[in-house]
Amino acid sequence: MGKMRTQSAPWRAVAVLASVLLVGGVAACGNSDTGGGSKDDGKITLGFSQVGAESGWRTANTTSIKESAAAAGIELKFDDAQQKQENQIKAIRNYIQQKVDVIAFSPVVESGWDTVLKEAKDAGIPVILTDRSVDSADKSLYKTFLGSDFVKEGRLAGEWLVEQKKTASGPVNIVELQGNTGAAPANDRKKGFGEAIAANPNLKIIASQPGDFTRAGGKQVMEQFLKANPKIDVLFAHNDDMGLGALEAITAAGKVPGKDITIITVDAVKDGMQALADGKFNFIAECSPLLGPQLMDLAKKVHAGEEVPARIETEETTFTTEQAKEALPNRKY
Amino acid sequence: MNATMGRYRAVTGHRLFWPAAVLVVMLAANTIYRPGFLSIELKDGHLYGSPIDILRLSAPLILVALGMTLVISTGGIDLSVGSVCAISGAIACMYISKQPDQNSLAVVLAALAMAFGVALVLGAWNGVLVAVIGIQPIIATLILMVAGRGLAQLITQGQIITINSEPFRAIGLGHLLTLPLAIFIALAAALVVAAFTRRTALGMIVESVGGNAEASRLAGIRSGRVVFLAYVLSAACAAIAGFMMTANVSSADGNAVGLWVELDAILAVVIGGTSLAGGRFFLSGTIIGALIIQTLTTTVYAMDISPQTSLLFKAVVVIAVCLIQAPAFRARFTRRRRNVPTPNAIADKPKEQVPA
Repeated sequence: MGKMRTQSAPWRAVAVLASVLLVGGVAACGNSDTGGGSKDDGKITLGFSQVGAESGWRTANTTSIKESAAAAGIELKFDDAQQKQENQIKAIRNYIQQKVDVIAFSPVVESGWDTVLKEAKDAGIPVILTDRSVDSADKSLYKTFLGSDFVKEGRLAGEWLVEQKKTASGPVNIVELQGNTGAAPANDRKKGFGEAIAANPNLKIIASQPGDFTRAGGKQVMEQFLKANPKIDVLFAHNDDMGLGALEAITAAGKVPGKDITIITVDAVKDGMQALADGKFNFIAECSPLLGPQLMDLAKKVHAGEEVPARIETEETTFTTEQAKEALPNRKY
Repeated sequence: MNATMGRYRAVTGHRLFWPAAVLVVMLAANTIYRPGFLSIELKDGHLYGSPIDILRLSAPLILVALGMTLVISTGGIDLSVGSVCAISGAIACMYISKQPDQNSLAVVLAALAMAFGVALVLGAWNGVLVAVIGIQPIIATLILMVAGRGLAQLITQGQIITINSEPFRAIGLGHLLTLPLAIFIALAAALVVAAFTRRTALGMIVESVGGNAEASRLAGIRSGRVVFLAYVLSAACAAIAGFMMTANVSSADGNAVGLWVELDAILAVVIGGTSLAGGRFFLSGTIIGALIIQTLTTTVYAMDISPQTSLLFKAVVVIAVCLIQAPAFRARFTRRRRNVPTPNAIADKPKEQVPA
């Protein structure tokens, strides 16, 4: 294609200019929420940098933070980093310059935060991590980490299964749909679940493959699990979406999900809760995105100089079919 | 004796022999691991079994790879196909989800037409950037690859759009003559493309543009138009593939649909024997390449190879396929067997060009 030089240079200039304008426009949009400074008017100003909007879970997370800030009377400056660490660092530096009272963010990645966190510390602005943690060795760089305990979610799922199968005399065959290989939620949920089911030697994971947290992935893996293993009693999926994908594979194999195969998942998003209420799933360990109210409480506390624990878990629960039917009408996501 | 050798050479020398052999070996390995792998039974009036899964799941990849074959044969590359899959799937599902009667055939057809139309526009955008403005294809299509993912999420508002539409579901999961409908759609597309490129002069024109665009232009071929059409066709194939991917799970996930399919498609094209430098393409090879890639994925799940090693396993198989399929490598291998050279002789040899 490099050989085709029939076009004139001005055209290229226009194209380059257009793409520059496009990118510039996007960047400007990203920053539009962060304008204006904050002076001491008694109101707490919270600068928040979100990862992006990659899933329904994340969107619910954003909504929760915005709503509870308004409810708590906290002035929120919100920035969407669009999955990029440099955007997030830029946003945090903006917040430092604007002298916000508290900074909170969900780190896109674990590493590379020391410099900017130190800048915030030097400026005397407390930092709260939400949902995901950072790997900084110096724990004094942030006040606290508010988020789900993925190991616990896996353990709750496993404990429920142990309770259900406590009378089982023969072996119980479990297949597992993992999240993305190496992702913290996948590693931790697998670990927690494995630890819990070790209580009963009859419970055995006979196959475990990554379904990448997607419906298509969960379905494709489950199709092969069903063909390779004639007897599957339990499916443990690391999130609702993979479980939802697996439902179709199970039906296509002529089995009844929820009856022939017990299905346990994590998350409790709306479609998953619906499947649970319909009896297609049997149990969901919640991974709640609604950490807004807890975050606002924390923001007030650290602003007032109160001591807070270094690790705070999101308030989460578990659901059975009956509980799902009850909770479903009031679910926000 | 000579005649047998000649026939043996003719068979092994055929460009489809080695990719097909790899496919057979993979299926055989699976059957040895689990004897029931190839067994097919009749369930609910249609065939059921791992080979059927492979056919059904490879259909979207075959489609995307078909379009990619033509783009690559013009000397270009289309990185945006995955995003086009996501956008077309998102538009179709979004439109259907807003209608009162999701099961109406008219609604589904309208949704498909709308999404397909947008895909053609996106293809035309790529085509204009490459053929008219003259941006390097890898950069031109990278724009849509990145921006398109965002567009798909914008359409779905970052949510997973779940629909409940039987006619739409049929694109991914329907059956025709007990076989998955998706594979018929993919084969029909392959036949149409083959008819247009191999029964008319179009294929030769595409190859000539890929070989030397400027020489083709001087010979009277409108190179720009051919290149433009290749990108439009690629987007059209990707759109249909996007319908299949979303129909397969009755939901559109702007983030996940068609993610990395462009890389699988390029790999399928390369395994099929098409040169990345352009100027030569093999549609049948591409189809076998797509089947190999899907069989590989299915093998990992069926054999329950641990996730930590499965990527390495895939890489080793892909490298083996590419090497076996390269005539230069095979020639060196057979020569070495007959007449083992000293290590020095190997080191002194200039590096041979292996077609990717």
